[in-house]
Amino acid sequence: MINYILKRIFEMIPTLFGITLISFMILHLAPGKPTDVLADFNPKITPEARERLEKMYNLDKPITVQYVLWLKKIVKLDFGESFSSDRRPVIDKIWDSKQPLFERRLFITFMLNVITMFVILIIAIPLGITSATHQNTLYDRITTTSVFIGFATPSFWLALLLMMFFGVYLGWLPISGLKSMNYDSLSLTGKIIDRINHLILPVFVYAFGGLAGDSRYMRSSMLEVIRQDYIKVARAKGLPERVVIYRHALRNALLPLITLIGLSVPGLIGGSVIMESIFGIPGMGQLLFMSVMTRDYPVIMGIVIIVGFLTLLGNLLADIGYMLADPRIRH
Amino acid sequence: MMFARKYLLYIFIILILLPGCKEKTGSYVQSNSKEQVYEPAYGDTLITGSIGEPSVLIPMLAGDSASHDIAGLIFNGLVKYDTDLSIIGDLAESWEISKDGLVITFHLRKGVKWSDGVEFTANDVLFGFNTIIDDKTPTAYKEDFLQVNKAEVLDKYTFRVTYKKPFAPALSSWGNLVVLPEHLLKGKDITKTTMIREPIGLGPYKLKKWIPGQELILESYRDYFEGRPYIDRYIYRIIPDPATMFLELQAGGLDMMGLTPLQYTKQTDTEIFRENFQKFRYPVFSYTHMAFNLKHPWFKDKHIRQAIAYAIDKKEIIDVVLFGLGSPATGPYVPNTWPYNPNVKKYEYNPEKAKQLLAEAGWKDTNGDGILDKDGKKFEFTILTNMGNNLRKNTATIIQWRLAKIGIKVNIRVLEWSTFVNEFIDKRRFEAVILGWSISPDPDQYDIWHSSKTREKEFNFIGYNNPEVDELLEKGRRTFNIEERKKAYFRIQEILAEEVPYIFLYVPDATPIVHSRFKGIKPSPIGISYNLPKWYVPKPLQKHAMEP
Repeated sequence: MINYILKRIFEMIPTLFGITLISFMILHLAPGKPTDVLADFNPKITPEARERLEKMYNLDKPITVQYVLWLKKIVKLDFGESFSSDRRPVIDKIWDSKQPLFERRLFITFMLNVITMFVILIIAIPLGITSATHQNTLYDRITTTSVFIGFATPSFWLALLLMMFFGVYLGWLPISGLKSMNYDSLSLTGKIIDRINHLILPVFVYAFGGLAGDSRYMRSSMLEVIRQDYIKVARAKGLPERVVIYRHALRNALLPLITLIGLSVPGLIGGSVIMESIFGIPGMGQLLFMSVMTRDYPVIMGIVIIVGFLTLLGNLLADIGYMLADPRIRH
Repeated sequence: MMFARKYLLYIFIILILLPGCKEKTGSYVQSNSKEQVYEPAYGDTLITGSIGEPSVLIPMLAGDSASHDIAGLIFNGLVKYDTDLSIIGDLAESWEISKDGLVITFHLRKGVKWSDGVEFTANDVLFGFNTIIDDKTPTAYKEDFLQVNKAEVLDKYTFRVTYKKPFAPALSSWGNLVVLPEHLLKGKDITKTTMIREPIGLGPYKLKKWIPGQELILESYRDYFEGRPYIDRYIYRIIPDPATMFLELQAGGLDMMGLTPLQYTKQTDTEIFRENFQKFRYPVFSYTHMAFNLKHPWFKDKHIRQAIAYAIDKKEIIDVVLFGLGSPATGPYVPNTWPYNPNVKKYEYNPEKAKQLLAEAGWKDTNGDGILDKDGKKFEFTILTNMGNNLRKNTATIIQWRLAKIGIKVNIRVLEWSTFVNEFIDKRRFEAVILGWSISPDPDQYDIWHSSKTREKEFNFIGYNNPEVDELLEKGRRTFNIEERKKAYFRIQEILAEEVPYIFLYVPDATPIVHSRFKGIKPSPIGISYNLPKWYVPKPLQKHAMEP
C-alpha cells in the first residue's frame, strides 16, 4: 500500500513536467506577447522601445531557452515575477502572505470549490438514491428533468437573472464581491453573515450546474447495486427497505462517486474562471482570466502548475480513497 | 406578481422607445432639473467600478487605463489641459518659451507638499525626467522626452528644458508622468520600490488601502494645494463583468460608471434612474475609421476610395451601432476642438455618385451577377477587424450591406487582437481594416500620417505618402504658435478628406452616469472628472458617513 502510494507520487513528477512543457509551448504559440498591451498601437512607442521592452522580459530569446530559464526557477519553487507592469512575484499574486488567509486568491478559489462540491454532494446523493428507488416514476422524471435543466442552463445567464431578482429587485442579497463596503465595522456574527450572504448566489449557480453529473452517477450506480444478489438476500431476509437501501446498497453505490470527485477538480477550477469573473470574486480564476488577456506568462504558468498539481493530487486521493473503501481492489 | 407586472411595464417602455431617442448632439446633461441650491460640504464617498485592476500607480510605468485612473488622482503634473483644451499650469505657476521655441522655463508653485509632508521642488521634476529617459525604466512614454537636449534646475522653484528642435507637443508632455518624489526614490530601482503599490503623491487623493482583486480605497489629501477635496473617500471597485457592474449600479453598490449606448438610451430610461442618477454625454477623444491598404492595386486609386466613401452612410452607422450616441467623423480630430476643420469635403451618402466614379475607373457589371468586374476580376475585398469590439463588427456589417448595393462584395473577418496586429497589420496582409484611434488633445499625428513611419510596427501601416502632408506635419510640431499650427492641421484635414486614405466613420460619445447626490459636476469637452476635487454631496444627502 505505502509502496503503491510512493510510486504514484513519484510518477506525478514526470506528468507535471509534461504538463508544464505542453502548456508553455501552447502559450507561446498563441500570437501576441505581454509587451503588446503596452506597445500595440501606441504611437508613443518606437520599434526600438518595443525591442528594449522585449529584451527586458527575455522575449527575444528562443522559446526553448525561455522554457529552460523558467524551469530552472521553478525547480527551486520560484514562480518568477509577473510580466504585468507591477512586476510582483507570481506567488504574491496567488498566495499573498501579507493578506489575511481568507483574502488570498488560491484560498478563496479553493474554499469556493470545496463549499460548492459539498453542496452538490449533499443534494445530488439523496436525489440520485431516491430517483433510483423510484425508478421510472413521475418523481424520477421530474428530478431528472430538473437536473438536466440545471446542466443545460448557461451559468452566466442564470447568474445575471438571479442577481437581478435577489440583488436589484428584492435587495436581499449582495450582487458581487466577497464582502460589503461596511464589513470592517460589523460585529463578528455580522461579518460571518455578510460572508455567507455573498456566497449564496455564486455557490447556488455553481452547484446548480453540477448537480446533473453527480446525481445521475449516483442513480445509475444505485440501480446497478440494487440488482445484485446480496440485495435480494437482504430483502429476502425481511429487512425493512430503508435498511436495505441505506445500510447495504448505499455503501457500494457510493464507490464510483469517489473517483468522480477526484476527476472533477479541473472542471471545477475551470468553472471558477467564469463564476469569479461574473460575481467579481477575487480568486485565482479571475486572476487567470486577466493574465491570459494580458499574456502574463509567468502568472499563467504558475496557475497551470498549481491546477495541474491539484488535479494529480485529486486523482491520487481518489485512488487511495477507493482502495481504502473497497477491499476488492486493495491488492 | 409585482415583479411580473413591473417587468411587463419595463418591456412595454422599451418597445415604445425602440424607434430611437434622438437627442441633440452636444447637449451634455440629461438629469432631473428640479435643482435645489445646496451648499458644498465635505464628506461622503464616491464609489466607482472598473473592469480591470490597476497594476502600477506610478504614472510613467502604467500602461493600462485602470492604473492611470488611480495614478491620475494621486499625482499631478506641471501642466494640464483646461476645459477648452488649452494648456494651463498645474504644479507650474507659469512658464516661458524662448523665441526660437527651444527653451521652456517652468516656474513652480511654492509650498506644495507631498503627502508625507516634504516640499515639492524642481529637483523632483528633474528626478522624474532622468528616470523616464533612463534605459532601465520600462515606460511607454519615453519618446517625447528623448527630444530634450538638456534639463536643468535653476533654483528650487525653476526648471528649464532645452530641446534639440522646437517641438510643440513638448509642453503638454510635462504632465504627471515626470513628477516623482526624489526623496523617496533616489538610488532605488523604480520597478522594485513599494511606491508602485503604496504611492506617495501630491494630488487630491492618497491611497489608503488596496485589496487585490476587490477594491482600492482612496482618501482625500487635506493639504492638497488647490484646497481639500470635498468628497472624503473614493472607492474603486474591481468588477470584471460589465453586466454585473450595471446591476451593482442599480443596487446602490456603485455611484458612477460608464454606460454602453444600449444602457444609456434604453435601460436607464426608467423612473428609478431618472430620479437617482444624472447622465452625461460628450465626444470621446477617439474615432473609428476604415483604413485602406494603399499598396493594394485597386485602393491605390483615390477615385475608388472616394466611391466607397460615397457609398457609406455614416449617419446610419451611428444610429444603428451607437444608438445615435456619436457624431460623424470627417478627419482625425474631434469636432469642436481647436484643430478640427469643419469645412472639408464631406461624403454625403450618394450611391449614384459612387457607381459613377467606379464606372469611370472601369468597374462595370458585365456579366450581370450583381458584382462589378474589370478585366475578368470581381470587385471583392475583405474587411478585417478585431474580436471583442461589437461596435466595429456591426459597423463592418452595415458597410458590407451598403457596398453590396453598389455591386461590391465585401467579406468580413474578425480576428483575435494579437493575431490581427502581428499577422495582418504588421505584415500588411490586409485590404481594408476597421479600427479606431484614440487621440491626444495635442494635434500632432506625425506617427500616423508621415511617410517615414511605414516600417513594421510603425503606425502609418496603410502606407500613406503625401509630400505636402509630410511637410505640414513637420511644420505643425515645430511651432508653438497656435494659429500657425491650426493652419497646418486644417490643410492636412482638407488633403485627407480629398484623398480618403481612411474613411473617417464616427466619433463615439462617452456616456457616464453619476448618482444625483453628487453636485458640482461641470461637463466639458474633456469630460467630467477633471474637477473631481470640486464635486460635493450636500450635507443632507450624504450617504456614507466616515467611520471614526
